[in-house]
Amino acid sequence: MKVAFYPGCVARGGCPELYTATLQVCRKLGIELDELVGAACTGAGVLQEKDRKLGDALNARTFAMAEKKGLPIMTICSTCQGVMSQANKRLKDSPEYLAEINAILKEEGLEYKGTAEIKHLLWVMVEDIGVAKVKPLLTRKLQDLRVAPFYGCYIVRPSWALGFEQHPDRKGALEEMIEAVGATVVDYEGKTKCCGLPILLINEKNSLEMVAKHTSTVQDLGANAMVTPCPLCHLNLDGYQPKASKQAGIRIHMPILHLPQLIGLAMGFSPKEMGMERHIVSTKEVEAAIEHAGRAPVAAGHH
Amino acid sequence: MQVTLDVKRFNSEDPSSKPYDQAYTLDVEEYFTVLDALIRVREYKDPSLALRCSCRSAICGSCAMRINGHAGLACKTKLVDVMVGGKVRVEPAGNLPVVKDLIVDLKPFVDKIRAVEPWLKPAGPDPKREYIVPNETMQHLVGVMGCIMCGACVSDCTVMEVDKNFLGPAALAKAYRFVGDPRDGAVKDRLKALNEYTGIWDCTRCMECIQACPKGVAPMDRIMALRDKAIVSGLHNTNGARHAEAFADLVKKNGVLDELRLVPRTYGMFNLMNMNAMFAAIPVGWRALTHGKLPPIMPHKLHGKENQDAVQHIYDKVEGHKP
Repeated sequence: MKVAFYPGCVARGGCPELYTATLQVCRKLGIELDELVGAACTGAGVLQEKDRKLGDALNARTFAMAEKKGLPIMTICSTCQGVMSQANKRLKDSPEYLAEINAILKEEGLEYKGTAEIKHLLWVMVEDIGVAKVKPLLTRKLQDLRVAPFYGCYIVRPSWALGFEQHPDRKGALEEMIEAVGATVVDYEGKTKCCGLPILLINEKNSLEMVAKHTSTVQDLGANAMVTPCPLCHLNLDGYQPKASKQAGIRIHMPILHLPQLIGLAMGFSPKEMGMERHIVSTKEVEAAIEHAGRAPVAAGHH
Repeated sequence: MQVTLDVKRFNSEDPSSKPYDQAYTLDVEEYFTVLDALIRVREYKDPSLALRCSCRSAICGSCAMRINGHAGLACKTKLVDVMVGGKVRVEPAGNLPVVKDLIVDLKPFVDKIRAVEPWLKPAGPDPKREYIVPNETMQHLVGVMGCIMCGACVSDCTVMEVDKNFLGPAALAKAYRFVGDPRDGAVKDRLKALNEYTGIWDCTRCMECIQACPKGVAPMDRIMALRDKAIVSGLHNTNGARHAEAFADLVKKNGVLDELRLVPRTYGMFNLMNMNAMFAAIPVGWRALTHGKLPPIMPHKLHGKENQDAVQHIYDKVEGHKP
């Protein structure tokens, strides 16, 4: 399938490993990426604090660009996904509002007709390609990994903007993918809660406490990695984990994987190809578990 | 139809009591709500089960509790919608002290509502007759006025989970109700108070309160509106306000976010109060640098000048219309 690819600012900035991992994984998945290089930032919910309409106009512009290409938009960031989904819902719900926004886009010769579809790679794998078709590509069984899912707020809430009613599978999609790579799911209450990043620069203490809480909880449950479809969560859970560990006075060591990295490792890519040396929290244990899996024979036709 | 309610129980009056789970399996009708089932348990199976309820029609706000881990009104939640393999998990509301079983102490909740002084403070002398306000100026308050003080939003607030002092979604939504009232004369003072720590800027925008609220109050949206009002009223000197303004500014300039410059601009370039925070950011920045994770020194810009111009045009159009 072909998609209008919207990588988001963080995959091009603070988490470049996510971008490169996505390109490699998508090639194997047969997803053709037509990147929306002219599309602006979604506003990430921050711009919307100042001016929601401004955010909606920037997103409507992105939607119109994808509409012109006749392609669905694919994101790799829970925050981009949520912010765009919410904007899209507001625009679709009110023809008057859509007309108001279109008046702004008109000068650039763009018009948003209200037909854009926005889908995270996680959903594309589960819904469009289908787990049954992804599985044969996962030649390295990661049976030694115990992986805790961490969704990121905007890919789960508000549920009415994210199409959960039409697509109930979206709710447990991350667990489904963890199982698909042969790993064990570590379930816990915090998986749909906040990583703390939005208040990192505003109330660092609270932000770090959230990081410590989630990472130490899954550590106690015996997880050896956490996986997230959100690079903003990754920035905080990985980048600020050492500081959070110090503040909480608990020794925490929890490698955080981007979703495409987990899939890529199961596809047989090396940790280096997945850019894992860029992580702040070392992923050595994950790599050791993978090496072990690499030596294990892959059961053909297991799926 | 049969259901098993897996109820978290606790009695704070018994010093030896610890929270424990108890399962009740019972016959129910298809149309039963979670509350109907709980009442049936109390009436026919276990009179010691404590829960609070009154109207049974999502008006009184007494029966907020966690159902399968998320807050909601038991009387508004149909069993068939939440049953997973014939089971439903029921717990007391979160972030509030448990009195017994599903009953929580609402005092901390009410105290925070009181803290925002939820009454009208008109300016000047009283009018001779009633206050006359145009309908449109009150319309935006209809949502917040729908609050039934059930505490579902507070139950699931992710900030209150780590910080008991945060005013929280219910109190801040209530604050908006008065800040946004055209008759109120204390708006500037209210915003100044809300601008402090534990106020509007401590919300993480996680949307739990929007998801949990059974009445569509959307507390987080009100908090965002308060942030905008604070900035517009001239309260710029917080990390939160600087963060929002710098973010908007950087996106305007480049079309995409420049993460590297967002940090010092949020702390305030020459803000002595925040020097400690700036220095504390250095080790994190160093770690990022050595791992090849530091955002680009030369900021990414949107591809093509025509795209950059289009973004600036949108800014000018939208912001130009702002009062």
